[in-house]
Amino acid sequence: MRSLVTLPVALPLLAAALSMVLHRRPQAQRALSVSVLVACLALTVAVLVQVNDQGPVAIQVGAWPAPIGISLVADMFAALMLVVSALVVLAVLVYSIGSPRTADDRLFFHPVYLILAAGVSASFLAGDLFNLFVAFEVMLSASYVLITLGGGRDQVRTGMTYVVISLVASTFFVTAVGLIYAATGTVNMADLAGRIGELPQPVRHGLGLLLLVVFGVKAAIFPLFFWLPDSYPTAPTPVTAIFAGLLTKVGVYAIIRTQTLMFPTDGGPSTVLLVLAGLTMVVGVLGAIAQNDIKRLLSFHIVSQIGYMIMGVGLFSVAGLAGSILFMVHQIIVKTTMFLVGGLIENATGTGALSRLGGLLHRTPLLAVLFMVPALSLAGVPPSSGFVGKLALVNAGVEIERYGIVAVSLAVSLLTLFSMTKIWAAAFWGQPGEGGPGAGGPGAAGTGTVLGSGAGGTATVAAAGRISLPPMMTVPTVVLIVASLAVAVAGAPLYDMAVDAATVLADPAPYIEAVLGR
Amino acid sequence: MIVVLALVVGTLYAVGTYLLLQRNLTQIVIGLAMMGHGANLVLLMAGGRAGRAPISGGETAGFADPLPQALALTAIVIAFGVSAFLLTLAYRSWLLRHDDEVEDDLEDRRIARSRPDPEDVR
Repeated sequence: MRSLVTLPVALPLLAAALSMVLHRRPQAQRALSVSVLVACLALTVAVLVQVNDQGPVAIQVGAWPAPIGISLVADMFAALMLVVSALVVLAVLVYSIGSPRTADDRLFFHPVYLILAAGVSASFLAGDLFNLFVAFEVMLSASYVLITLGGGRDQVRTGMTYVVISLVASTFFVTAVGLIYAATGTVNMADLAGRIGELPQPVRHGLGLLLLVVFGVKAAIFPLFFWLPDSYPTAPTPVTAIFAGLLTKVGVYAIIRTQTLMFPTDGGPSTVLLVLAGLTMVVGVLGAIAQNDIKRLLSFHIVSQIGYMIMGVGLFSVAGLAGSILFMVHQIIVKTTMFLVGGLIENATGTGALSRLGGLLHRTPLLAVLFMVPALSLAGVPPSSGFVGKLALVNAGVEIERYGIVAVSLAVSLLTLFSMTKIWAAAFWGQPGEGGPGAGGPGAAGTGTVLGSGAGGTATVAAAGRISLPPMMTVPTVVLIVASLAVAVAGAPLYDMAVDAATVLADPAPYIEAVLGR
Repeated sequence: MIVVLALVVGTLYAVGTYLLLQRNLTQIVIGLAMMGHGANLVLLMAGGRAGRAPISGGETAGFADPLPQALALTAIVIAFGVSAFLLTLAYRSWLLRHDDEVEDDLEDRRIARSRPDPEDVR
């Protein structure tokens, strides 16, 4: 049953084509997308079980032998990411269908969304650098369409930044692939793992750095993050949520995959990566504290949290990598949840600007709970899933005596908590802001960043009125929160799986054997 | 031949980078296209010496490596599609604003301008 591995890529692509045909029948499109993504979730779980039993699974597409043909490889790391991404993609789709007057109504939202899902799966499974590039492009092309959906003035302005930055990174990626092929004669990552060691040290460092820049742009690490907080917040909430949850993590995935497989340090931690990780954390969280809009604040937090994942890679030990993987699993779920809750707040009040919000606690206690759980998790307060991830990372850091980065990560956790209390205090406590957001009609959710948007004309409804949440939006949010709690509860077994994954990353012999068959 | 190609690649990257740094969407799009061409040439050069037939049937001596050509073809197709999208976006931007200059981010400018306001500290 090795061909199971191809299905998370093939199925959404086929469904996307079918969905394109059905573009005049939105109900059929919705049913198709939901059922396909449910199938994908089941499939990825099956892949995870298979990998857990047998070790890394590889399939050669078109039956060309390994270094020439296209390999799709699922090891423990890829399988874990596949399951989590399938869960998040499905939850956000249901949320999108449930939210009034947003992305889902647009023509071709469903096909593009399915292509995005296929691209993400393909990125996790790609066994060679060039197909990693192709998978990235499939994913990014879909994301370009999603981020400019509607074609309003703001979307075009920010979409342009996003597209241009991504294209520059892609061009560098092609260059890197060309240079690596010229130097080694292969693009297959398992094959490269052996051959790249034969290159002179400076060439290896150059290639490693080039790939780090390429994936660093996608992952939004310091100093390559500046495009992210500008482009994400203007997109519709479900789109921002899926981008925040998944796209940057695919970049992190690629960093971990290439750095461990192709450019392993000689046992010790990588100081460059650790410094980058620390700066990413600090700059991201300080940026977040300065923001006034919920989506922008959360966007800066994406940057900050990426630092933790890079920290685990920088430590370069099995414990550090396992910490990174666990943190990624937690972060994909929690980050998406935060944006979904941010969307619920915007939907209920018509604005995402903190200065205009207030008093939500009395009007909708459920929303307060929905916000609080992932917020505490993001800050890493025990016993949340964030605590489990950070504990693993801090342990790994202490183990190899890198106290500097450990101290930075703990301080950034406190600042994260502070910025969460900023949202909490502004949105949930006190009286509604002087703008009088009122219970603005559902769907009034604007970007909230431009003065006067959203709040205008809706202030007539009594500010003290209760807000009811749309069930189709609330249920997926609750499901993701439950999933994040499950990560915390199942912390130990999940950590064991992460250690399994990290062991293969640290010593890729089983991975190479699965791909090359020797 | 390879030196000439290397020079061409360098020039394409240099010109592309210069155009990319302009505040004009048209120039940015052209700059990106140039860098894309440069990258494709790098892929092509990775295949070995110029002027050889890209066919390999067991006997590899005297033939160019076909794999980079396949890669370059794929990269060209992708670059083509994305460029088309970028041009559409630039056209849309022109329709909306009758101007193709790249704008600053509004929220960034607002935060840069704002001073600590006692109202905000609560």
